[in-house]
Amino acid sequence: MSILITDGLHVGYRHNKKQVTLLGPLNLRLSAGRLAVLIGQNGAGKSTLIRTLTCALPPVAGRVLVAGENVREQSQRERSRLIALVSTERIQAGGLTVTELVSLGRQPHTDFLGRLSDEDHQIVMEAMSDVGIMHKAESYVASLSDGERQKAMIARALAQQTPIIILDEPTAFLDVASRIETMQLLAKLAHEGGKAVLLSTHDLAQSLRQADDLWLITRDREVVTGATADVIHTAAMNDLFTTPHIAFNPTILDYQWRD
Amino acid sequence: MRRYGIIMTSLLVALLLLAVACLLFGSVAIPATDVLDILLGRSSANRAWEIIVLHSRLPMIVTAALAGAALAVSGLLLQTTFNNPLAGPSILGVSTGAGLGVAIVMLAMGGTLGGFLGDSLGSYLATLVGALLGAGVVLAILIVMAQWVRSSTMLLIVGVLVSYLASSVISLLNSVASEEGVHNYVAWGFGNFSGVSSEQMPLFAALILVALAASTLMVKPLNALLLGTRYAENLGVNTHRVRQLLLVITGVLTAVVTAYCGPIGFLGLVVPHIARLSLATANHSRLLPATMLAGADVALLCALLSVNGPHGVIPLNAITPVIGVPIILYVIINRKKIQYFN
Repeated sequence: MSILITDGLHVGYRHNKKQVTLLGPLNLRLSAGRLAVLIGQNGAGKSTLIRTLTCALPPVAGRVLVAGENVREQSQRERSRLIALVSTERIQAGGLTVTELVSLGRQPHTDFLGRLSDEDHQIVMEAMSDVGIMHKAESYVASLSDGERQKAMIARALAQQTPIIILDEPTAFLDVASRIETMQLLAKLAHEGGKAVLLSTHDLAQSLRQADDLWLITRDREVVTGATADVIHTAAMNDLFTTPHIAFNPTILDYQWRD
Repeated sequence: MRRYGIIMTSLLVALLLLAVACLLFGSVAIPATDVLDILLGRSSANRAWEIIVLHSRLPMIVTAALAGAALAVSGLLLQTTFNNPLAGPSILGVSTGAGLGVAIVMLAMGGTLGGFLGDSLGSYLATLVGALLGAGVVLAILIVMAQWVRSSTMLLIVGVLVSYLASSVISLLNSVASEEGVHNYVAWGFGNFSGVSSEQMPLFAALILVALAASTLMVKPLNALLLGTRYAENLGVNTHRVRQLLLVITGVLTAVVTAYCGPIGFLGLVVPHIARLSLATANHSRLLPATMLAGADVALLCALLSVNGPHGVIPLNAITPVIGVPIILYVIINRKKIQYFN
């Protein structure tokens, strides 16, 4: 079932009062219980697409529909119960404990003063235990490693209890072990938690192994989508980079130099 | 939570002790038994002592406590709003803006630049409005500049520049004001918690208490803002509206204090750090109440030192940097170790 659909969506940005369209028209579908990975070279428009899907940017044209409703017509609070975001943005939350940080994920559900009910506390605990950060519950966010911090941010997104989780390069600053662990965790959240998970990444090797679906932005700004097993056998895999001599090798699921 | 209890209790006890000290010690020596008699409404041997205790020391204590809490909260809100731990109402020029507003109103009303809060209710309200407008204009400039100037250090420099500009306009106004006006203005610039009379107290206290109460309703979005604009919006916070509300509260707190007490430096910048360091948290649900109490404490301490100088009153603005600068330097030097910076 597709929880997020784009309908003739064009994404882009305003530059010097001119509208620049990067991608479109896009008719994308994000489904519950599946992990979709967005790949493309730098500047292809990954972040712009993610920003448009999460309503941080207005679409140039077309619509983003979540559960059948246009997200631009929803209030910030309504959206906050549908899509949870994890980005690489610097946060100033070093002085919060992990529990306090994850509790912020309950904000869309709590009252005006942000008081947590017993149920809220329960959900926060479950989120921390699901991502495996429980042992750091009382540690300051400042004391976490990059990998742990990203786990805490994912737990915060989980505590938000949204059907959709969108992550903008969640593995960007992580070492290999943390990257594999994070991808594994996100796949689990999709498959066992029934979430629709979309993430953008440069880590092709890991994403091709873990992703159920691929959203591939080619060098010509075409977006090719489909089940990973299908997409990796298409020619589109070789249209990812502008750089010549870089070719996809399906046997090793990675790119290599070819003369 | 235990740490929170201990810190809050200590801050409350300190508040009481400082208030008592301010009642007992001042430029005129009054025996403690007489102070107690006067407070309990018993007639005192000395009529002058009665006036000093009831109409000078008592209003000064209330003024200092409220002004300290107001400036400290104003600093905390600015620090979170601009995601900049070194922001504060004086360093960002909000206090100077309020001062300029007052100066312009006084001049437009044909009066001298001095006597910042006139006797009649009209001039008294006009100066307040002037302070609010002045603070508002500076905050508006900061909001606009924050869109262009992404670096928080650069925004601080913008604040300092705006402050210089406002000061220079004030100097130009001074050059056309009467000698007495200039003298009054300079005196006002020293900072003073003794300027709120018993008659002016209700309005002063009401404005500050309402703004402080409003700030406590902002704890939830303040915490979300710790994660930055994008995350806060994803948590359902309308960051645009919240930032506006926060700046209105900041403007009111700073403008009211500045109009009545002069531009008091450092309190707003330093006290939130004292609260964060002692509580070891960035969580506003605990940080905000502690900042209020610590602000009242520090202001009372400054007031106590101010009125007990060896040769009479020491200007407040000569005391606040002595307390503030070492703390800020400590924070800057240790920022890699202090958890809320990381």
